[in-house]
Amino acid sequence: MREITYLEAVREAMSQEMRENKDVFILGEDIGVYGGAFGVTRGMIEEFGEERVRNTPISESAIAGTAIGAALTGMRPILELQFSDFITISMDQIVNQAAKLRYMYGGKGKVPMVLRTPAGSGTGAAAQHSQSLEAWMTHIPGLKVVQPSTAYDAKGLLKAAMDDDNPVIFYEHKLLYKTKGDVPEKQYSIPLGKADVKREGTDVTIVATAIMVHKALEAAVELEKEGISVEVVDPRTLVPLDTETIIESVKKTSRLVVVHEAVKRGGYGGEIASVIAESDAFDYLDAPIKRLGGKAVPIPYNPKLEKAAVPQVPDIIEAVKETLNKRIATHA
Amino acid sequence: MKRTLENIEKQFETFQILNEEGKIINEDAMPDLSDDELKELMHRMVYTRILDQRSIALNRQGRLGFYAPTAGQEGSQLGTQYALEQEDFILPAYRDVPQLIWQGLPLYQAFLFSRGHYHGNQMPEGVHALSPQIIIGAQYTQAAGIALGMKIRGKKNVAITYTGDGGTSQGDFYEGMNFAGAYKAPAIFVVQNNRFAISVPVEKQTAATTLAQKAVAAGIEGIQVDGMDILAVYAATKEARERAINGEGPTLIETLTYRYGPHTMAGDDPTRYRTEDLDNEWEKKDPLVRFRKFLENKGLWSEEEENKVIDQAKKEIKEAIKKADEQPKQKVTDLIKNMYEELPAHLQEQMEEYKAKESK
Repeated sequence: MREITYLEAVREAMSQEMRENKDVFILGEDIGVYGGAFGVTRGMIEEFGEERVRNTPISESAIAGTAIGAALTGMRPILELQFSDFITISMDQIVNQAAKLRYMYGGKGKVPMVLRTPAGSGTGAAAQHSQSLEAWMTHIPGLKVVQPSTAYDAKGLLKAAMDDDNPVIFYEHKLLYKTKGDVPEKQYSIPLGKADVKREGTDVTIVATAIMVHKALEAAVELEKEGISVEVVDPRTLVPLDTETIIESVKKTSRLVVVHEAVKRGGYGGEIASVIAESDAFDYLDAPIKRLGGKAVPIPYNPKLEKAAVPQVPDIIEAVKETLNKRIATHA
Repeated sequence: MKRTLENIEKQFETFQILNEEGKIINEDAMPDLSDDELKELMHRMVYTRILDQRSIALNRQGRLGFYAPTAGQEGSQLGTQYALEQEDFILPAYRDVPQLIWQGLPLYQAFLFSRGHYHGNQMPEGVHALSPQIIIGAQYTQAAGIALGMKIRGKKNVAITYTGDGGTSQGDFYEGMNFAGAYKAPAIFVVQNNRFAISVPVEKQTAATTLAQKAVAAGIEGIQVDGMDILAVYAATKEARERAINGEGPTLIETLTYRYGPHTMAGDDPTRYRTEDLDNEWEKKDPLVRFRKFLENKGLWSEEEENKVIDQAKKEIKEAIKKADEQPKQKVTDLIKNMYEELPAHLQEQMEEYKAKESK
């Protein structure tokens, strides 16, 4: 199969959909000839013109509000927020408007829009351009939240997001843009709410999101050398969450490590741990659940400190080993 | 160095056609309305005044929920709405229920909106509108989007949105106008300047002499209109609409008006921040009084005719509140059902749980 990058997969998903569906258009800052801050929309204005690849003023609240307005009239906008940190500036439109309109209108009125935005650290972009704020979005009923980790997933999930009649927050990880993977040329859809077991294993389950899927897979390779078999589950969408796949995996391995880049406190890992604690998988646990997440500090500019602020492969290896050694007292 | 502010502000004179005595003072600007249409405007203002009085009473009786009184603003609200076509799109603020009603929202649904029943927000076929916005200014950016959608689809229609003087302090106010201006989207932005953002007078909200001048920075047309003069409001909106559908871009219309009542029925007491003198001064400008004089002078209106409207309004309000009472109560399963187009697994589970409870 053909290999393309995660970035190209996102672009291809949009381009193919825009060729099929005249109601789809993109709006965002510098997405025209400049191609967007990370180059995702490069070349698109040449194909689709400036009406459908619409450069906007630096005006996040208006980008979101305009997308909502357009969506309510039957358009299917994709809005690109240049950095996911800027979601804070459009928060009223996302939280109080997009998420609630269908509900408040008793189903008469819908907001079929996709908010695409690059998240995460690792590019030296410092405190205000590196955050992972997805847990905020998962807290709001009415939104769906997607975090693809591979090129294949990015294309299929974006297609599902564009087809969805509810607002979808689609987080792209900056460090994943250049990663390559096998991606079919034709359009395909990966249902929102379907986790993917990225690696099968028997000793411990790691539930990881976005960039951490890759770090977990690296850790799994290292641990295998020591005879530890790791299963890596990627939820792919946080809302809706495929609890079944996660619960089944934990029942099989009896151990759970959750890892995300977002600050651990209040992060989505807490939700995943709770899902297990509330399910019958709890009875299968042989060790306390271990959560890994970012330190409760802003992302530092200094590259070494930047790495130190979020979980790295050695941290995951250590957490897995700790889980294996620490049996729940009654089982000891 | 040339100073420009004073020159700009001087250009924003209040546009008026009908003065407080009910005399036409600007014959050239008089809109082309037939006698029947003029009577219809009066009919709607009288009806809406009665609706406001009844709504306040119903709220006090506990039969309505949230309500923002409208008396005093009829000229501004109904004059703008009357200039619209049925396919135009309205994004109202919370006080702008009358525009929805005259665009076709049944009264009983307006009452259900007040009670927080979702059916109150289900616009009937042919009414293109959002339900009243509660967040101050948020509708301005959405109006830009709806107008843009119309433009992309080649529709000859406009999106009209409303906020008060208070809304002009929000970022969304500027962002919405700037966005719509940049794309020449067919939007009309109405600021109903009723002089108070709840309790804060407009003079304390901004250094600007007019709110209409805020259009200048966005590069769009701005006009200040006597909001108590329904003819001027209608004419200004009509012209803004023409320009919008001809691709000439959005317009900001500031209507100078006044709300006689409290901000909302949720405990506001205007005597804490407004004087009786000010109330009296504005009541002399009343949109109904001056328009009645105008129509009576033309032999188009009589006390008898007005009483007929009042009786009709009272009767229809009574019927509508009865119909609202008869609407099935909202259930938890309705709320769950309304969340997503397709229910995700976690809500499906909750749905089953509540279905079982509700069937008991």
